Amino acid sequence: MTKWNDILKNRHLPAVLLALIALVLPLVLRNEYYLHLAILILLWTALGASWNLLGGYTGQVSFGHSVFFGMGAYVSLLLHTKLGVSLWMGLLYAGIAASLIAIPIGWICFRLRGPYFSLSILAFSEVLRLIVLHWKEVTEGAVGILLINSIVDSKVSFYYLMLIVTAIILLVVNFVVKRKLGFYFIAIRDDEEAAEALGIYTTRYKIYSLMISAFFTGVMGSLFANYTSYIDPYIVFSVGDVAIAMVLVVVLGGIGTFWGPLVGAICVVMVNEGSRLMFANASVLIYGALVVIVILFLPKGVVGSLKQYTGKWFHA
Amino acid sequence: MDLSIFIQTVTSGVLLGGLYGLIALGMTLIFGVMRIINLAHGEFLMIGMYVSYILFTKFGVDPYVSIVVSVPLLFVIGIAIQRFLLMPLIKAKAPGENQILMTAGIGLVLTNAALLIFSPNYFTVLTTYSNATASIGKISVSLPLLWDFLICFGITGILYLFIMKTDTGCSIRAVAQNIDSARLMGINIDRIMIITFGVGAALVGAAGTLLMPIFYVFPAIGELFTLKAFIVTVLGGMGSALGALVGGVTLGVVEQMGATYISMALKDALGFVIFVLVLIFRPSGLVGKSRF
Repeated sequence: MTKWNDILKNRHLPAVLLALIALVLPLVLRNEYYLHLAILILLWTALGASWNLLGGYTGQVSFGHSVFFGMGAYVSLLLHTKLGVSLWMGLLYAGIAASLIAIPIGWICFRLRGPYFSLSILAFSEVLRLIVLHWKEVTEGAVGILLINSIVDSKVSFYYLMLIVTAIILLVVNFVVKRKLGFYFIAIRDDEEAAEALGIYTTRYKIYSLMISAFFTGVMGSLFANYTSYIDPYIVFSVGDVAIAMVLVVVLGGIGTFWGPLVGAICVVMVNEGSRLMFANASVLIYGALVVIVILFLPKGVVGSLKQYTGKWFHA
Repeated sequence: MDLSIFIQTVTSGVLLGGLYGLIALGMTLIFGVMRIINLAHGEFLMIGMYVSYILFTKFGVDPYVSIVVSVPLLFVIGIAIQRFLLMPLIKAKAPGENQILMTAGIGLVLTNAALLIFSPNYFTVLTTYSNATASIGKISVSLPLLWDFLICFGITGILYLFIMKTDTGCSIRAVAQNIDSARLMGINIDRIMIITFGVGAALVGAAGTLLMPIFYVFPAIGELFTLKAFIVTVLGGMGSALGALVGGVTLGVVEQMGATYISMALKDALGFVIFVLVLIFRPSGLVGKSRF
């Protein structure tokens, strides 16, 4: 009996249960549409978790992560269509490219703090979009890139691929924030001057955080490109549909929490699809109004508000 | 290089820049006091433009006269948004990004409301003077653009007097400098923030009305001008009213130069290049840290 109680009290129980549910989900959900929703939730969870490392744990709120998302999507598809690099390696190269471009962007943008930083990075997303749009010889410009053969052929296998990558990202983010590197990040978030006084090179560690975050965002950009099989500069460098949506997912779920991105992703995908089914023409209007209402009444996000009641289940 | 083309380019850049400056003025004012970037700024501009459009097509009101409607309307909208949507977040001590997201959500609602009401079509108002020009030697200047520029300067002057000479303006400056000291001096912070947001929205509403005779309006126009306003705000130095004008003129000239000498398509990219250069070499903006 005591053993059973130990298992119930184990703080990893929710994560294990969730992983099991996620594994059997495609066996239960025969409907393609529901599977599509599950894939979207995984996509946004992973994007939210990558953003959360920088925005939630390092305190550097970025409104321009679409620059890494688009970079990843374009690098992997261009390498595949122009040079014949395999899409599996493309996933890796997408992450590396996004990580590399994060260094100069971080070097420039981290001269600014708070809201100045948040939006200066947004400008880089626009710059890269304009470059991709006009450098037609390489990127095909506004025509976009069409992918003939995706990385995996069925929706179910894509779901499992997405599940594995998302799980890796969640675990790595959780691993990082529980280690020395993560404590440096959190110290920078809580008090930058104090962190610097304690001997942390704040700019360097902020760039490390941005690089890790950008790596995962780039990988997800590449996976997204594989999933939709078509990208153009307006889709992948979209400030509203990618960069701000990433912030939204984390803020709705709970910024700086482990479960926040997942909860936020479920909320955003459900609200988005629900309003599309119910209010055809006015769907984005309703979606925007719901965003306003949720931010108004849940300032700490769903997880942040729940945490006050059930602290042990939602460990940071 | 043909000198007259150069002068022509600079002239139209400066005139357009005045309008950019007025658009950014509201954003920089709101930033100075509230420390947030209003991502619904371009949508306020859109409302101002549609107000002029409706008044012109339905009642035949001259676009320049409709400023007496658009400014009070945007002032009221701004006050309502600050009072009922942003104030609760400040009271709940929510982090700044929540407020920025809130303005983004408001922008989304406004854009899509406009989409439902007006359809995605592009609208223009065609007045008798829309294409009028004045010529000085080889240089020709669009008359509506020239009037816009002069009115922009007039509005900026009025704002300057309001900020510098009135009690409310004095309080706004105090809140922008140090919010805690301002509160200790007995200034009603909430009231000042509400007024500031209203004034910021009214300014961009005026800019929308002035833009209508020379530009077209469509529901998604907001995003374009929110970005431009943000670039101008950073160029000039955030929270600086003089900086907004300097930044506006800089962006206007750079864009026109790019359109004339490089390519029409890349003129928007040049704005961002200047933006990045300023971030690298003068992060506090062209004018520096001085406020107002």
